[in-house]
Parts: sequence; structure tokens; C-alpha cells
Amino acid sequence: MHLTELSELLEADIYCGQGNMKNIISYVCAGDLMSDILVFSQPHSLLLTGLVNMQVVRTAEMLDIAAVVFIRGKKPTEDMLELAKQKGIALLTTRKTMYLSCGLLYEAGLKNVPVPLAE
Amino acid sequence: MESRKQMSQDITLEYPIKGMDFVSAGEASSNIKHTLQLIGFSPAIIRRAAIAAYEAEMNIVIHGSGGVLKTVITPEKIELTAEDSGPGIPDIDLAMQEGYSTAPDHIREMGFGAGMGLPNIRNCSDEFVIDSQVGKGTIVKAVIYRT
Repeated sequence: MHLTELSELLEADIYCGQGNMKNIISYVCAGDLMSDILVFSQPHSLLLTGLVNMQVVRTAEMLDIAAVVFIRGKKPTEDMLELAKQKGIALLTTRKTMYLSCGLLYEAGLKNVPVPLAE
Repeated sequence: MESRKQMSQDITLEYPIKGMDFVSAGEASSNIKHTLQLIGFSPAIIRRAAIAAYEAEMNIVIHGSGGVLKTVITPEKIELTAEDSGPGIPDIDLAMQEGYSTAPDHIREMGFGAGMGLPNIRNCSDEFVIDSQVGKGTIVKAVIYRT
């Protein structure tokens, strides 16, 4: 699914990474503990989270995640936007809850990021 | 292959890491990742090295009260060494179990302390060694081969 379609599905606001909106997203991971997210390693996937700090963008950078969606209307800070722009990561915000966001994306055919990380 | 030929000598990167600094945490790993991209390592190898470096860097930030993250890059491998002067780990086997964490709640509120750091470094690496002394600190060494 194109990131554009995904953002429409979640009725999300795009804060940065407009240039990524034609990227195709096939996999999603979700969680508030970045140290749990770091075991997922599927490039060009989407991260859904309720955590808002610099380490979310750092985690996305290390994992080659294409876009991060913050749930329940949480907005990224200026520092986060600056870093995300530098690293080419799209940041979006949806007013929907984590459960509903995951459900909508699952229903639309997006897959769970496969684990474990190493072969 | 071409970039391997161009890499005429080993590259050593060494970064001091501050304890409890959650704003600049990750900058060292970001620089390591960028350097590996410039050299021309494959994206999959870079991702493994970046994750291992970031986990090790965050461990120093969270538990280590400061330390050093060193990376030696050769044409064949990436060698990461994270050394901290923190409290040390009394039971390494326990610390290597997925989900075991001694991180307090305020660390979990920052998004860390899921008890996945050390196991994840091991999973990302081809070679993994940990040495820790209570009251002195911890050294984690992870090697990732190019092929």
C-alpha cells in the first residue's frame, strides 16, 4: 500500500516526509518500547507508536523504517522533525487509538514485520 | 566488491557516550551507520551493525553512567566494542535472557528497558563476547562479518 493510501486510511496528518508518500509499505510493527521494536528488521516498514521522543526517530533510522505514525493525536517535536527530515523518514499523526490503527492496517492487508531478526 | 578494493586501511571510530543523555543518544550509532554506507557495505549488514551499535550505545546511556563506543571497520568485518564504567552485571546468563531487565520505570517511559538489548546485540552479531565486573563496568564486543 502506498503511504498516501495508508495516511488516508488512518486519517493522518503528515508532518514531514511528503516525498515518501509514494513509497510502498508492506509491513507494520507497533509498540511503545523501542527496545522491543529494535528486534524487528524489515526495511521500508511502518512503525506505529504512542511514544514521542528523539529515540523513536533514532530507532526508525537504525531499522531503515520508512514512516512513523504517532497515535491518539500525539505530535512530533521540532527536534524530531529536524532529524526525521535529515534521515528521510516520514512522520505522521493519527487521532485513532493503537488498537484501531493496527486493526485498520491489518484489515487492509498489511503484514506483521517478521521475527526473528537474525537468520 | 569495488568499494572493498578502495578501502586501503582499517577505519577506527571512537565515541565517548554520556550516561543518561537521551537527547544525543544514538548520534554515535548514526555516524557509524553513515560511515558504513559511505564505504559501501550491504544494507542488510549495515542494519545489523547499526542495531547492535545502537543497542550497545543505549546500554551505556541507561546503565553505564558513561563509557566509550568503539568501532573498527576492516574490509572483512565490523568490530564493535562498548565499554562502560557502570555498576556491572552480577548474573550475565540472566541478563542475556530475553525480557529480563533491571531498568527502572523512568527508563521504560523513555522507551527502553524491555530486556531485549543484550540478546538483540547477540542476534545481530556473528561473534559476541560480554565481560562484566560488579562495581567496575561492562565490556560488550560484537563482530559482524561482511559475508
